[in-house]
Amino acid sequence: MAKPRIAFFDFACCEGCQLQVINLEAELLDVLDHVDIVTFREAMSEKSDDYDIAFIEGSITRASDIPRLEKIRENATVLIALGACATIAGVNALKNRRTPQENLRIVYGDDGDKFETFPVRPIDQVVEVDYYLHGCPIDKNEFLEMVKALLMGTAPKQWTSAVCVECKLRENECVYDLGRLCMGPISRGGCDAICPAYGNSCEACRGILPDANIPSMVEVLKAHGASEAEIERRFTNFTAIDKLVQEMEQPQ
Amino acid sequence: MSDTIDLNIRIDHLTRVEGHGNIVVDMEAGELTQCKLEIVEAPRFFEAMLEGRLFTEAPHITCRICGICSVGHTTAALRAAETAIGFSPSRQTVQLRKAMLHAEFIQSHILHLYFLAAPDFLGVGSVIPLAETHKDVVKRALRLKKLANDACAVIGGRHVHPISLVVGGFTKLPTVEELQGLRDTIVAALPDVVETVALFKTLEIPHFLRKTEYISLKSDEEYALYEGDIYSSYGVMLPPRRYRHVTNEHVLDHSTAKRTRTAFGTFMVGALARVNNNFDQLSEGAKAVADELGFKTPCFNPFMNNVAQLIETRHCIDDLVAILDDLIATGIVDEIPDPQPKAGRGVGAVEVPRGILYHDYEIDAEGILTQVNCIIPTGQNLSNIEADMRELVHEVIDEPKDQIALKLEMLVRAYDPCISCSTHILDVEFV
Repeated sequence: MAKPRIAFFDFACCEGCQLQVINLEAELLDVLDHVDIVTFREAMSEKSDDYDIAFIEGSITRASDIPRLEKIRENATVLIALGACATIAGVNALKNRRTPQENLRIVYGDDGDKFETFPVRPIDQVVEVDYYLHGCPIDKNEFLEMVKALLMGTAPKQWTSAVCVECKLRENECVYDLGRLCMGPISRGGCDAICPAYGNSCEACRGILPDANIPSMVEVLKAHGASEAEIERRFTNFTAIDKLVQEMEQPQ
Repeated sequence: MSDTIDLNIRIDHLTRVEGHGNIVVDMEAGELTQCKLEIVEAPRFFEAMLEGRLFTEAPHITCRICGICSVGHTTAALRAAETAIGFSPSRQTVQLRKAMLHAEFIQSHILHLYFLAAPDFLGVGSVIPLAETHKDVVKRALRLKKLANDACAVIGGRHVHPISLVVGGFTKLPTVEELQGLRDTIVAALPDVVETVALFKTLEIPHFLRKTEYISLKSDEEYALYEGDIYSSYGVMLPPRRYRHVTNEHVLDHSTAKRTRTAFGTFMVGALARVNNNFDQLSEGAKAVADELGFKTPCFNPFMNNVAQLIETRHCIDDLVAILDDLIATGIVDEIPDPQPKAGRGVGAVEVPRGILYHDYEIDAEGILTQVNCIIPTGQNLSNIEADMRELVHEVIDEPKDQIALKLEMLVRAYDPCISCSTHILDVEFV
């Protein structure tokens, strides 16, 4: 069987998720035994439009991004959103709190009209996405699992339980018991609760679970002393784009 | 003769750099009509994102500006926020942060030297063919990179978007045993650094000189990375809060990243600037590397930035061992970060792999960020890169077009530009 041909592309992002792939120091050479990487601008000059699997990092932030992404979708058999900017628009969505004109004025002043921008979208608002690798940044081992599943022709694992589940399995001290707020109860897991394991709060970088009990989460935050403004910030750090959050903000 | 020459070079989405940039050179009848590095990266508006957020959130939001200099952005954010609220971190906190920053320098420089720059010198398009032909070299690069990532994992949870570094200190501290294990691994890796120097000694660095102003941090205490005053090789010294005297940002049509210039014109920041300005404070091991690779200050060849990165890699390894020895000797003391908001303004000026990074925050009494400005190293270098490109084109104009294009690509890569960073420029004018 011919090796699958893999391509990496990026839109508005920090390229940290692609760096996580290069950070697979112990496994990278083994991966290259099983796949051909044909496009990866950050790391190589060779490029090709002939690929089977496309990994897309970054959010869509301007009109000129759309035809580029559509072309990639046409070329790829399997398209995977790589990291929070691509899966849920991540921190990029913070800018959606203001109009594009306001953002341009704040950053570029009177020169703002020189550049194009529109409200941020995750890539599945533009093209169909086959699989999601969540996280800011992605977990490099989860990337490996994804590649393995694709090579074996099985469906890659898509996480459906909360960060709290893995946090308990890891026997971390609960972040609330440490006196801090945490989004773990409603946030998509798969990260092995790495932030609580290092004493910090879950910031929901993998998005909010579709069946999350938002009102109950709000109650928990309030019970631990969070102000309205604090709750708003917790819900809009990585998940400002989230549909559930938008629904929550609609007057009942 | 060049006065009859027409030349058009257009390299879209330059590869093996971080972010999206195009090289455009047009010469008509020997006259250079266009010579620029177009920045076409999508702007992300971090400044607008940060306004209205809590000061303690700044490190975790701004580290998302750049995956490669994630620790650098974290550090600049911590220092800006702590300066604004008038908080002085403990010596232990500063030592651990310095260790993180050193590890990021090693990771970033090794990535650039082996993965981004070396393929040009070895006549290949990427490191991937080298995995077949030079397997030992690639394995060595991966080992050194892993070492740096492991160091960041022990101290801060991970390299890309570190977890435990917060305003005031650390949410989790490494144990002395973990630090000891790290120290032993680093010392065991020294032969890999020696081999790296031997490899780069065999590569032919293009000869090109252009007198340039070099700007870096400078400190009486040490080779300045974590803190220091702003120093220009033309003899100017300024405290960080007066950074706007050197940066003078402005917007150009062809670039979503803003440009900078000093009173003297364009300037360079980064490894070459630091090594030129602070050579005497390098570790003895790093000075020996400089000697072996024929590096003499002042060096005006931007292609030698690659060599300066290698000199710094050795310095950071030596200094990282010294920091770990110090932490192991003093032991790790439990400290709980508890920063309280206070109205104020703070500038964090930190050396990151590509040069000085400035974060400038204004915070109100409740701890809300009211104004934010970040100036990224590559944004400071862009005008200087173009000045070098103009001079280089004239010097190599008699060579075949593909050779001219390759030299231009190598020049831009030598600066190790971080374009996705540089467009994430956040600017507001302080009056």
